Amino acid sequence: MKVRIKFTKTGYMKFVGHLDTMRYFQKAIRRAELPVAFSGGYSPHMIMSFAAPLGVGTTSLGEYFDMELTETMPTAEIQQRLNETMVEGVTVCSVRQVEDGKASTAMALVAAADYYVSFRDGKEPSVPWREKFSEFLDQKEIVVTKKTKRSEKTVDIRPFIYKAELLDEGIFMQLASASSNYTKPELVMDTFMKWIGEEPKEFAYLIERREVYADAGENRNPRFIPLEELGEEV
Amino acid sequence: MRKLALNDEIMLKIDKAARYIGGEVNSVMKDKNKVDLRFCMAFPDVYEIGMSNLGMAILYDSFNKREDVWCERLFSPWTDLDQLMREQHIPLFALESQDPVKDFDMLGITLGYEMCYTNVLQLLDLSGIPLKAEERGMDFPIVIGGGACAYNPEPLAPFFDLFYIGEGEISYNALFDAYIGNKKAGGSKADFLKKAAQVPGIYVPSFYDVTYKEDGTIASFIPNTPEAPEKVEKQLIVDMEKDYNALEAPVVPFIKATQDRVTLEIQRGCIRGCRFCQAGMIYRPTRERDVEDLKEAARIMLKNTGHEEISLSSLSSSDYSQLKELVTFLIDEFRAKAVNISLPSLRIDAFALDVMSKVQDVKKSSLTFAPEAGSQRLRDVINKGLTEEDILHGAGEAFEGGWNRVKLYFMLGLPTETEEDMKGIAHLAEKIAERYYEIPKDRRNGKVQINVSTSFFVPKPFTPFQWAPMYREEEFIEKAKIVKNEIRSQLNQKSIRYNWHEPDVTVLEGFLARGDRRSADVILKAYEKGALYDAWSENFHYEIWKEAFAETGMDIEFYTLRERNTDEILPWDFIDAGVTKEFLIREWKQAKAETVTPNCRQRCSGCGARKYEGGVCFEGKN
Repeated sequence: MKVRIKFTKTGYMKFVGHLDTMRYFQKAIRRAELPVAFSGGYSPHMIMSFAAPLGVGTTSLGEYFDMELTETMPTAEIQQRLNETMVEGVTVCSVRQVEDGKASTAMALVAAADYYVSFRDGKEPSVPWREKFSEFLDQKEIVVTKKTKRSEKTVDIRPFIYKAELLDEGIFMQLASASSNYTKPELVMDTFMKWIGEEPKEFAYLIERREVYADAGENRNPRFIPLEELGEEV
Repeated sequence: MRKLALNDEIMLKIDKAARYIGGEVNSVMKDKNKVDLRFCMAFPDVYEIGMSNLGMAILYDSFNKREDVWCERLFSPWTDLDQLMREQHIPLFALESQDPVKDFDMLGITLGYEMCYTNVLQLLDLSGIPLKAEERGMDFPIVIGGGACAYNPEPLAPFFDLFYIGEGEISYNALFDAYIGNKKAGGSKADFLKKAAQVPGIYVPSFYDVTYKEDGTIASFIPNTPEAPEKVEKQLIVDMEKDYNALEAPVVPFIKATQDRVTLEIQRGCIRGCRFCQAGMIYRPTRERDVEDLKEAARIMLKNTGHEEISLSSLSSSDYSQLKELVTFLIDEFRAKAVNISLPSLRIDAFALDVMSKVQDVKKSSLTFAPEAGSQRLRDVINKGLTEEDILHGAGEAFEGGWNRVKLYFMLGLPTETEEDMKGIAHLAEKIAERYYEIPKDRRNGKVQINVSTSFFVPKPFTPFQWAPMYREEEFIEKAKIVKNEIRSQLNQKSIRYNWHEPDVTVLEGFLARGDRRSADVILKAYEKGALYDAWSENFHYEIWKEAFAETGMDIEFYTLRERNTDEILPWDFIDAGVTKEFLIREWKQAKAETVTPNCRQRCSGCGARKYEGGVCFEGKN
């Protein structure tokens, strides 16, 4: 049985990095005594796959991983047993059974993600920015220079900003997140800052990931649905 | 949700910020207003190292079982955070509550190794606690030292209010009661210290006066307060079934600790009596835990932590009488659940090879031998009962079973060592290589690889070698070169790799291990000049220490090079560690006579530990 777990990562847990979060869940699954499947060999590992790594310092309301169980059990029980062994800041918010197969792993499915970005206290731009944001988005293209170890290349990120709007004190955005077009909210924000004539500040943004989506659309018409909706409670 | 002591900007700047957040699975939260005593338990090294310390885990659990006590944890901030805390005047905080250490009633610091002493001062300094005990009133935490290095607490004496000698499970309750009673009665710090001095195992350094002779040795060491006992007796658990605090749910770190696994303590003490080994002397008598208790403990700790590995902890694990049953149980019970069994270094015999082949990939694992000395003569001097025949036989069987990697550990600079003993290290490695190539080629698993490591010997208090001289750095290097050249001149030199430890750290460790109260000045000076994390080779700067010696006018060689007379008053003589001075003197003489002493199960050597009325001294005599 393959299940997809959705969890939150808030508060001080944002300082626990991606690999350590994986280790955290590996141990949690053992504490919950779930019948998880292992690979063979001298040092077997759990068969699990995380959807999209979350950077240190970013909180999330919608993280995902898939895991393989050797026997079928009610998804509600899995959720309950995991939640009994979570720490403050991590809550399992849904468990759904999903179809087997490599093409449908959480990681392969990731197409887009929602973020909410606000400015840390004292890190707001010195010029008015709220009214400029829609103008920024109205540009035909938003060209950024991406530096890699070997080269620099220019990319138009406008097509990868699927949605963006002012929300509360900050900005809500839905960004492309497949491996080919993965776009970081920091990159969008830094580009916006430069566009309004501000030098981007270090540690200026508070970022929260809110959802991760698969693309269920056909014929190049994207239809983003949260990863959990590809599965069902059993 | 708990509020962190450090702001996001700092947290995002520093390496491994998760070291400082607390809140791990099984960490203990309490209401600080509902306890009478807040204890901050510190390990003066970085989180990943400190969280691997079993003693600290046991005491954390044990203290928190008291409803009126909340014990929290503290580790050394890494150098990046250290700098930021100094620049921004951020006080050091405990992990659980994130409250300043200064607000605690007690600060207990584990002293596991000498090279952590500057980190002890860092903890006090960053907490805003005056470094010298005499400068601290009741408004600062009572600073307590414990652990292996507390068996010679004198180099740290001025910085601590008291030391706890021995195993922590025994006397802390009495100490806490004394503190809480004194606090409720509105007593002063001096009142409390007087009460503390009467608790078994507690040493209050300020209650003792030391005078020195003209030659620099100690003339007298006497209590200056009626409450302070002449001898401080080490504390230990006698009944390992009734009084052992079996861990059930140790804290599970978010980041990978050095020992990222369940540690199962199978016994305390060692029957062997190696004359260089401090642990083998101060933890006497050997006390085994019941094998059924251990099976249960393994089950419950794996369940409560979710760790994917379990290891056994003890000195000389092969001497645990129920080892076979325990290891077989662990393999049968947990391998199927994909739990790794991490074996301690076992005496290589048929049993060891059998279990090793079950839990490790033979092609990737190696055999470990610790002959410690290169010749039989010197092994007799140090009372290491491992013969060349044992090693060649064990290695031979392993080679037949498919192994082809061997690790060998030795010490250089042992008492009475000659050039022949040093060359013996090379010769032994050569014989092991030859043994490998006796196996027909078609049955061999490629080439043999022998790794020889030498460390330099450091004499430790409460060992028969506590009177022995050490060497200078250049002499140590000379010894290592003799070994290296001898290895290089042999037929199988290409199969043998050799590496040796840096001698300067060793010499300093020797100074700190057998130092006295006057040594504290050097530690303080070195700390003030920037020494920190001396146990980490990349952070160790010997020149700082050399300057500290020069500026304090202390002579390191008085402490390291001198062979002491057995009638000299040693700085740690006021401690009763169980082994008597008569026994140690006898062993020192036996060493010089190259005579071995049988182990505790073969024959009692009258070391003194029998007075505790438990353990190996009474095995089968209930």
